[in-house]
Amino acid sequence: MQIEVIVNQKKITLAVDNDEFLADTLRSYGMLSIRKGCDTTCCGLCTVWIEGKPTLSCAMLSFRVNGKHITTIEGVQKEAEKFAEILVAEGAEQCGFCSPGFIMTVLAMKNELNNPTEEEIVHYLTGNLCRCTGYLGQLRAVKKYLEVL
Amino acid sequence: MYRLPWSASSCQKVFGGTIAMRIVGKGIAKIDGMSIATGKPVYTEDLAMVNSLVIKILRSPHAFARISSIDTAVAEKIEGVECILTYKDVPHQRFTLAGQSYPEPSPYDRLILEQIVRYVGDEVAIIAAVDERTALKAMALIKVKYELFEPVLDFEKAIGHTSIVHSEDDLHCNFDIGMNKEMNIVSSHNVEVGDIDGELKKCNVVVEETFYTQANAHAMMETYRASSYLDHMGRLVVISSTQIPFHVRRQLAKALQIPASKIRVIKPRIGGGFGGKQTSAVEIFTAIVTLKTGKPSILVYGRTETFSCTTSRHAMRLTVRLGADKKGYIKVVDIQGLSDTGAYGEHASTVFSVVGDKTLPLYNKTAAVRFMGNVVYTNKMPAGAFRGYGATQGAFALESAVNILAEKLAIDPVELRLKNLIREGETCLTYKGNLLGSSSLHRCIEKGKDLINWNAKYPVQEVGHNKVRAVGMAVTMQGSGIAGIDTASAEIRLNDDGNFTLLIGSTDMGTGSDTILAQMAAEVLEIPMEKIIVNAADTDISPYDPGSYASSTTYVTGMAVVQAAEDLKRQIIESGGKFLELSTEEVVFDGQTIKMIEGDKSVKLEKLAEFLVLGSGKHQLVGNATYGSPVSPPPFIAGFAEVEIDKETGKVDLLDYVAVVDCGTVINPNLARIQVEGGIVQGIGMAMYEEVKYGEKGNLLTNTFMQYKIPCRKDIGNVRVSFEESFEATGPFGAKSIGEVVINTPAPAIAHAVYNAVKVRVTALPITPEKVFMEIQKVNRTGESQ
Repeated sequence: MQIEVIVNQKKITLAVDNDEFLADTLRSYGMLSIRKGCDTTCCGLCTVWIEGKPTLSCAMLSFRVNGKHITTIEGVQKEAEKFAEILVAEGAEQCGFCSPGFIMTVLAMKNELNNPTEEEIVHYLTGNLCRCTGYLGQLRAVKKYLEVL
Repeated sequence: MYRLPWSASSCQKVFGGTIAMRIVGKGIAKIDGMSIATGKPVYTEDLAMVNSLVIKILRSPHAFARISSIDTAVAEKIEGVECILTYKDVPHQRFTLAGQSYPEPSPYDRLILEQIVRYVGDEVAIIAAVDERTALKAMALIKVKYELFEPVLDFEKAIGHTSIVHSEDDLHCNFDIGMNKEMNIVSSHNVEVGDIDGELKKCNVVVEETFYTQANAHAMMETYRASSYLDHMGRLVVISSTQIPFHVRRQLAKALQIPASKIRVIKPRIGGGFGGKQTSAVEIFTAIVTLKTGKPSILVYGRTETFSCTTSRHAMRLTVRLGADKKGYIKVVDIQGLSDTGAYGEHASTVFSVVGDKTLPLYNKTAAVRFMGNVVYTNKMPAGAFRGYGATQGAFALESAVNILAEKLAIDPVELRLKNLIREGETCLTYKGNLLGSSSLHRCIEKGKDLINWNAKYPVQEVGHNKVRAVGMAVTMQGSGIAGIDTASAEIRLNDDGNFTLLIGSTDMGTGSDTILAQMAAEVLEIPMEKIIVNAADTDISPYDPGSYASSTTYVTGMAVVQAAEDLKRQIIESGGKFLELSTEEVVFDGQTIKMIEGDKSVKLEKLAEFLVLGSGKHQLVGNATYGSPVSPPPFIAGFAEVEIDKETGKVDLLDYVAVVDCGTVINPNLARIQVEGGIVQGIGMAMYEEVKYGEKGNLLTNTFMQYKIPCRKDIGNVRVSFEESFEATGPFGAKSIGEVVINTPAPAIAHAVYNAVKVRVTALPITPEKVFMEIQKVNRTGESQ
């Protein structure tokens, strides 16, 4: 079947299978920042925004996003770089494989929460796993990012 | 200001000058950081050829069986299926997937595909098709009949089991590792100095306890994956998320029976390894498909395959006996072990020997020490390399036993350690007279003790509402590279525009090793980081390096980089002198200009580079070095845990963890800190949550993140990291390793804190609320009956 979606503000038409997931659709469309890390909606690597809300694209059937706005990290590079610079200065990107999904969640949190407490930050980001950093450097970076806004 | 220990020509000569470090010791951002953080396509899957055949693997549902028939005829007729390979289609040459220098200590005990399957998940057929859907459809149509055997599932019953996991005649060991395959023994080990039983009799206090360390999954975020294609000369190119490109090349050559010169292995950015990618997993399958079809191919393991069909940490049983005299000196350390290597023997003997290597030197007031035992085959997923590599298992057993001993002796465990641990310049029974070069471990303990506020908190405090808080501790050592074996080369060239290319074969898997190696080169050459292009790793281009494992990159490859940069610097000065028509002694190089010491003649580096490379100089300068260390200097950590336990439920909350680290000179404090934090948290996962579990028939139960729980953000309390630098004279700028030692202390330190809180001794990891609760009930019942 065909779906019409707005990916990173560009309207496109995509041919998708009925049982195809958005993560695979976006990757084959060339959004190579999309990664799958778990197959069980546990890791957060595949996080994109649908209508501005962070969503696991590995568990979203592609036909269900017909007509919707989808944003990947490729579409918010400027803001992603702002945070990434702080993250990288902290040394907390490490292998980087979870970073795109993590950054999409961080940016969504910034839009959604006003002056979040540390507890609220940790709660919001809990669904994004990272095996390299132990999360502490990520938290330092997030706090610095929210301060400098 | 740092002491510069090595002369320009040799790292071994120590002399006492001082220089200010400009780049080493600075928290410089990773050179690839922005690109990987913002989602650029720089990983294996991103670089695969378009239209690559998609590979899927049909796997055994049985733990131990012989394929009595396999019928692929129907599956092969599906449109879009390019090839289906079974055991009938592969070379009959056994090999190992362990990433180790040749001759590998791991037995050559596997074929690409075999008629015998030895664990649930062992490979039965390779299917390559135009897309995933077609490959899966074909896979479902392959008909396999199995003749089932009784599997060996309990590693404590493996020796002498009626089933023999590897009975094949062509299994090969490169040298004697004590294999007795009829008994399911892969290797035997015995290191013994002194008279254990005689000395134990003399001891006033003896403790004996048996500990079990579980199998763990690496759970790196990027699962295993590789892609292959044939290049313009028909050579096989494999792009792989691997820690060991040169070892992969050698393995592929052996397994596929083609010359290594026909193979190129490229390592792009890697999404984490933790030792998992020191054992090959997928490369052999893409390689054989590309060779058979001539077409590019790709294989990406899902999370379930990664959990159930690759490798895990070796589960072990370790029985520790310690003896001490009445003054509290530890006189005997005796560790008897049994290790479960699963269906194939990757890293079997070496992980096991490291248990002893990284425990026996610690307490050096001993009169007798021993580490002995066996590694056994079972019908479970193979074990392999995992951060810590045996030292982790050994640290849990030894440090837990030392904590028991402290209680028996009624000595503060901190004091017991300060009294008994090896110090810089001392030796120990297993060092055979060699001295420990550098250690600040005693300082680490003192500092950690202060940071956790040990004196106020040890051992336990009631905090009300049925909750108690308590502290615990442990120390550990690792190594830095494999002494006398692993050898790395580095090459650095001066380009035509005055920039430099640093060529290395080590494999940055996210650690930042490309960055810290560039820092070292920049420090030696006195140039800014921006002038260095780092290229790693590609077996066609990189100088040889075993890869990043065994905590070797900073220390071994680092020294190769330092020496290569020194070599190039000498050549720059020499060529600059010639250009200025002066002798080498009359000029200096300050990173920008080669100039006369007394006089005003000078030439800019860019000008010299242009003259040498594309002008009439006709001599591009290349600095080279190959380095292998005769020693493996240990980094140390003192770890302190504070827990809060709910006595009604057994729930353990880790409130605070303090790790004080001696990794020699810290090359990059930001990256080192993250390495420690990440390793401590992975260690916390091992201590409290993670366990690879099997069902009754040998099927893996923990094959997703739903069942195999790694720490998430909310599971981590405060983790505090501090460095107590020592100076390792044999290391680059005084550095030792950091990558592995960081995972070792959480399990014993948390177990100790749990004991201090509720008098429950958890001897089998992980320390779950269930275990703590059940043991609390036992302690309560014993208390009532007394």
